[in-house]
Amino acid sequence: MEIEGIIAYLVSLAIMAGIYAVFALGLNIQWGYTGLFNIGIAGFFCIGAYTSAMITTPMPTGVYAQYVRQIFGLNLPFILGILGAALACGFIAFLIGYPTLRLREDYLAIATIGIAETFRLVFNNEHWLANGPRGLMGLPQPLQGLVDPRHYNYIYLPIVLAVMVVIYLSIERVIRSPWGRVLRAIREDEVASAMSGKDIFRFKMQSLIFGSMIMGVGGALYAHYTKAISPDVFTPLYGTFIIWVMLMAGGSGNNKGAILGAFVVWGIWIGAKFLTDFLPYTLKARAPYIRFLIIFILLEIILIHRPQGLMGEEKRISKMID
Amino acid sequence: MAELIVYGIVLGSIIALGAIGLTLVYGILRFANFAHGDLMTAGAFIAFFLVTGLFPWLGIPDTTFGSLSFGWRMALAFPIAMACVAVVSILLDRILYRPLRLKRSGSVILAMSALGASFIIRMIVLILWGADYRLYRPGVLRPAIQLPLEIKIRPDQIFLLLVVLTLVILLYLFLQRTKMGKAMRATSDNMELARVSGIDTERVIIWTWGIGGALAGAGGILYGIDVQLHGGMGWNFLLPLFAATILGGIGNMYGALIGGLVMGVAQQVSTAYLLPTYKPAVAFIVMIVILLVRPQGIFGGRRA
Repeated sequence: MEIEGIIAYLVSLAIMAGIYAVFALGLNIQWGYTGLFNIGIAGFFCIGAYTSAMITTPMPTGVYAQYVRQIFGLNLPFILGILGAALACGFIAFLIGYPTLRLREDYLAIATIGIAETFRLVFNNEHWLANGPRGLMGLPQPLQGLVDPRHYNYIYLPIVLAVMVVIYLSIERVIRSPWGRVLRAIREDEVASAMSGKDIFRFKMQSLIFGSMIMGVGGALYAHYTKAISPDVFTPLYGTFIIWVMLMAGGSGNNKGAILGAFVVWGIWIGAKFLTDFLPYTLKARAPYIRFLIIFILLEIILIHRPQGLMGEEKRISKMID
Repeated sequence: MAELIVYGIVLGSIIALGAIGLTLVYGILRFANFAHGDLMTAGAFIAFFLVTGLFPWLGIPDTTFGSLSFGWRMALAFPIAMACVAVVSILLDRILYRPLRLKRSGSVILAMSALGASFIIRMIVLILWGADYRLYRPGVLRPAIQLPLEIKIRPDQIFLLLVVLTLVILLYLFLQRTKMGKAMRATSDNMELARVSGIDTERVIIWTWGIGGALAGAGGILYGIDVQLHGGMGWNFLLPLFAATILGGIGNMYGALIGGLVMGVAQQVSTAYLLPTYKPAVAFIVMIVILLVRPQGIFGGRRA
């Protein structure tokens, strides 16, 4: 491979890692700071991607309308797609949080798995909603006309990284505010925080909604990167658990760790692909399973031997105290 | 409709086998064992290996019992596979969960470890057998018996119900009559109190995993006999298993049995109105309704 090809490959790798970093940051608010066990990230991924896709594409007309069906198509700019994705995910988070956040922590986990599976099934089976299993294609990309489509990734990478940095800075800001300290207090000791007069349910709900909105942004970024989405992308493995491994590997409760974890685990995931390329031809079809096996063995090792991850939680609690 | 209800009871009895094991573990160890569905997958595929791989190689004849779709090979494979899954689930506890327990990790970390374990099992099954749908005995005719009310039922399904009934009765006798069964119930009520009364709670935990694993394995094999095998089958069972457990009240074995049957019937009856692929979603909706209306389950059980 020439040097140009290698750079292009690294850029595409960095885009996906950056998108995953956005998800890991969203999860970090919920799990890292509040202790909410959301294992239905794929559901928010799915809703974010589809919402943004339908906001930014026009309603299919003419011959297309016979093949592609979607419930709405607004033909609005990318930035509104991202906003819409965030709002939709926030609303869904509210609906899930309402019955579950007052209960034991593992009920939220089961409910989020359920909602993620349900969304995938609905998008797969209801053709009128978003074209069923074939999904939506030809999604617009921001600043599309500026360069040759072959080099478009060089424009999209800065966009993804910019969104990631904005999200990073805003989480860093709020988590050091009194609001952020309440979240951590809830994570450490719910009863004690309730005794101090904090409305646990409301704070948990805000954290769940905030984190899910960020996941919606991640979903939108993904949709406009691949330009085509279909329900089979949003499986538990690619949509939820790889993100969990990223956060656990990087260090939950640490935003830099979340980003680092996303890049490291995505690197391992891609690196394992090079390894499985050496497999005999008959085993090639099963290579993804071997890669996932490696990733999940990694998770178990982290949980037992290094639960704080690569970076661990930052102790700095306020910008006033250094 | 009557037929769907009967099929629902068949599916529900399989769910119940999984849910009973899940609720036993949930009651004693206080964490959501997300690997339980994949223990069912493990059981189904271990039996598959025995029936289609090892036993033909050993020269055990390929017979069938009367009008059932299986014979000696499955009759031998069934208990062996159950025992293997029991061993697998005890090993998972020793290797993965026990170190976390000793470190006093929270229940959520344990649940996450179980999720990791569930994927490890599933990936191993998929690596060994691929993602194709499998049958224990391909191409066999499956005659159905005609019952009143236009109910058609296969002999396999009647056999399946009898197996579940036998296992539940055996478990009941074990919990009520044996010393270990009583120790398990005591530990489930209050682990500290059990420990100060001289109960070896680590042994109780091993037994709990063994029984839970064996029942899950049995459930997986029965599903394989009734429908088919697939590496992802355990994942599809996860939501109904948890819905049944929550419905029956966590830690309540009889609740899990009823919960399993209710979930089975709800899922099958829903196919009269919805696409069959929506079955997991139906389980989810029922669960959300339970959580909203009566989060402690219909029979009480542990505080939610």
